[in-house]
Amino acid sequence: MTVELGQISLLAALLTALVLGVVPMIGSYTGNRRFIAVSTSASLIQFLLLIISFGILTSAFVVQDFSVEYVARNSNSLLPMHYRFSAVWSAHEGSLLLWELILAVWIAAVALFSKRLPEIFRARVLAVLGWISVGFLLFIILTSNPFGRLIPSAVEGLDLNPLLQDFGLIIHPPLLYMGYVGFSVAFAFAVAALLGGEVSRDWVRWSRPWTLVAWAFLTIGIALGSWWAYYELGWGGYWFWDPVENASFMPWLVGTALIHSQAVTEKRGAFGNWTLLLALSAFSLSLLGTFLVRSGVLTSVHAFASDPTRGIFILIYLAVVVGGSLTLYAARAPKMIQGGGFAGMSRETFLLVNNLVFAVMAAMVLTGTLYPLLIDALGAGKISVGPPYFGLLFTWLLVPLVIALPFGIFSRWQQDSGSRLAGILRWPLLASLAIGAVVWVMQPSIGFVSAAGITGGAWVILGSLFYVGQFQLKKKSFRIPGSILAMTLAHVGLGVFLVGLSMVSTLSTEKHLRMEAGDKYQMAGYTFEFLGTKIVQGPNYTANEGEFVISKGDQEITRLYPQKREYAQRGNMMTEAAIDPGLTRDLYVSLGEPLDQSGRAWAVRVYHKPFIRWIWLGAIFMLAGGMLAAANKRYRRKMPATAPVKTEAKEVAA
Amino acid sequence: MNSRIFPLLGFALLIVLLVVGLKIADRKTNLPSPLIDKPVPVFDLPVLASPGQTMSTESLLGKYYLVNFWGSWCVTCRAEHPVVTELAKLNAVYIVGMNFRDESEDAVAWLRRWGDPYDVSLIDYDGRVSIDFGVYAAPETFLVDPTGTIVFKHLGQLTWEVVETEILPRLANMESGS
Repeated sequence: MTVELGQISLLAALLTALVLGVVPMIGSYTGNRRFIAVSTSASLIQFLLLIISFGILTSAFVVQDFSVEYVARNSNSLLPMHYRFSAVWSAHEGSLLLWELILAVWIAAVALFSKRLPEIFRARVLAVLGWISVGFLLFIILTSNPFGRLIPSAVEGLDLNPLLQDFGLIIHPPLLYMGYVGFSVAFAFAVAALLGGEVSRDWVRWSRPWTLVAWAFLTIGIALGSWWAYYELGWGGYWFWDPVENASFMPWLVGTALIHSQAVTEKRGAFGNWTLLLALSAFSLSLLGTFLVRSGVLTSVHAFASDPTRGIFILIYLAVVVGGSLTLYAARAPKMIQGGGFAGMSRETFLLVNNLVFAVMAAMVLTGTLYPLLIDALGAGKISVGPPYFGLLFTWLLVPLVIALPFGIFSRWQQDSGSRLAGILRWPLLASLAIGAVVWVMQPSIGFVSAAGITGGAWVILGSLFYVGQFQLKKKSFRIPGSILAMTLAHVGLGVFLVGLSMVSTLSTEKHLRMEAGDKYQMAGYTFEFLGTKIVQGPNYTANEGEFVISKGDQEITRLYPQKREYAQRGNMMTEAAIDPGLTRDLYVSLGEPLDQSGRAWAVRVYHKPFIRWIWLGAIFMLAGGMLAAANKRYRRKMPATAPVKTEAKEVAA
Repeated sequence: MNSRIFPLLGFALLIVLLVVGLKIADRKTNLPSPLIDKPVPVFDLPVLASPGQTMSTESLLGKYYLVNFWGSWCVTCRAEHPVVTELAKLNAVYIVGMNFRDESEDAVAWLRRWGDPYDVSLIDYDGRVSIDFGVYAAPETFLVDPTGTIVFKHLGQLTWEVVETEILPRLANMESGS
């Protein structure tokens, strides 16, 4: 019976979302304050109903109710307790429910924390979000009900996919969805601004903290996915340009462009229409990603069970949401170019470079992801676009971005002089060139491209830190304003990421070996000694566990215990790699297949991955930067309906 | 012309592509094969587990069997693998794994790594038999009846739904009918 309650509260949430979409919207045009006030209560009630619904599905997993089909398919009586929670979002139906719950969290947050906004505008934002919610609830209820009963009930469940029985899966989807779905807020602000007729730029200031938080979540969500792939798939890779990864990366790229163009529009009024378009696109690409992943249009390793009906539904939804908002844009976006003009050498120009690069990157990933579909549609056969295409284009596109970044930080709005900037930045420039040269001389095998990458990383980091130093010198104070600290953190994150990427892409060594107990192998100054394997019993699997002693010279550094697991219920084999992580290198051992009957000889993969942690460390810096920027006090000030236009020459936040 | 309409036009093109994409995704599973109700193409292929032996169409007569074309290079086969494994557990039908255009070592390693659901795996090294079957993408699955006639074909990833709605009912019919 309780499971049916979950479904009922889902239906009630749909009705609430309809009310949220209709009533405050009518109120915003007729000026009926009671209608407008409905937006807050409807937002909160919807949130509560979805919590109930989600909680009931979770409890079905916890108590192992195999009469629920979704539970029977994705759980098993041997499944450890903590995975019973994460199993809720391990497959299509439950992950959609999580999506919807997170949307409700964002809506409730907007309802609670945007009381300072003009009430008509706020009512429209919430109503737009209400409509987005209606679409997703219909999708769940009509095509993907997680509460369906299995009659007669299953005695035992099929078990959770072993790939997903992992800590990474517990936190990766919620964080990723926080990012994806969070862009719906920026979308709703943009649509509400367009609905308002006269598009002033106030909406940009109001939507900035929301965009920043969503962006920060998406950043860490993607990084976690990459980290999970690295240690769980056993291939030592961290990014595969798989359609599912691309689906999360496109909104990130557009979101990154958006947070920068918002800065220009807020401060200077320029790029107004562009910012509107980016705000619409970031969420549209999140939806497109959902479509690609769940419709079966593209094949991917971690695609969800696909179903054409679902595909048609999301496609219609996509057409309505994106098509509708772009039509509104075509009809309502200001025709005149707004904001002050700017000179060729100005902060606006450098941020324009940033926006162009990120927009081109997003377009490129979109093209690469959809190209196989296009070729297939033309009947020209099946192809796949992989790392050679993406890797090459990204390397080239990063060049202008990285060169421009420190200039962008130091430059003034509207007009600056090239010689002034060159004068200030010559020290970071020389220092980073020196660092790149030293690395190249000490480690020639790194090659030109990676040496350039390290120079670029150093240039971004040093340029950012230099700016902080200059700021402190000028103010004669150690205090750094939050906005500057936030920007610096995020940019340092990019630099750290670049260094990690450059190091790992050329200095990694990997070896596929045949090893018997007692065998030793030397790699990058480390000795890997294989002591043999033994059988280990897990809660729902049996594993062959290898033991490796890693030493440097005579000193033992660590012991690694990679496993080859067989999960009882599904009979899947899983490779659990063992990793010794470090700031400057990871040692990675994964156990392949037994190569003889006695089980003495094994196929073993050994990796040495220098600086790979820096890739994810960079993302942590970006997360911190995004959150700190969103926390800035100036977003919490009482905001008048029309903000006075003032030039904030001293306040620097990008 | 109003330049603010371009994003909308671009999006319209995208939607057209996606609609076509969905159509293709649909077709992938519903494509009728000219081979349905025709005799299974004749083959005599080496067995993966012991390449000295061969197995022929003739020796498979008299029972329902499933021919599943796969290769270790095929990502979708990996995605399909759990379904084949589940089906194998039911012991409802004899499953022939047709390893085509693949190196045998890779195939053996793949089966060791992910588990071997097949009753027998045959090596179609140059893909000649796959051409006889009209296979143009992996995985593809054919159900052959005891008289050696192809009764069902599935293009692309086998799903549990296909097993339940297409394969198992056909087996049940046979049992009650004979």
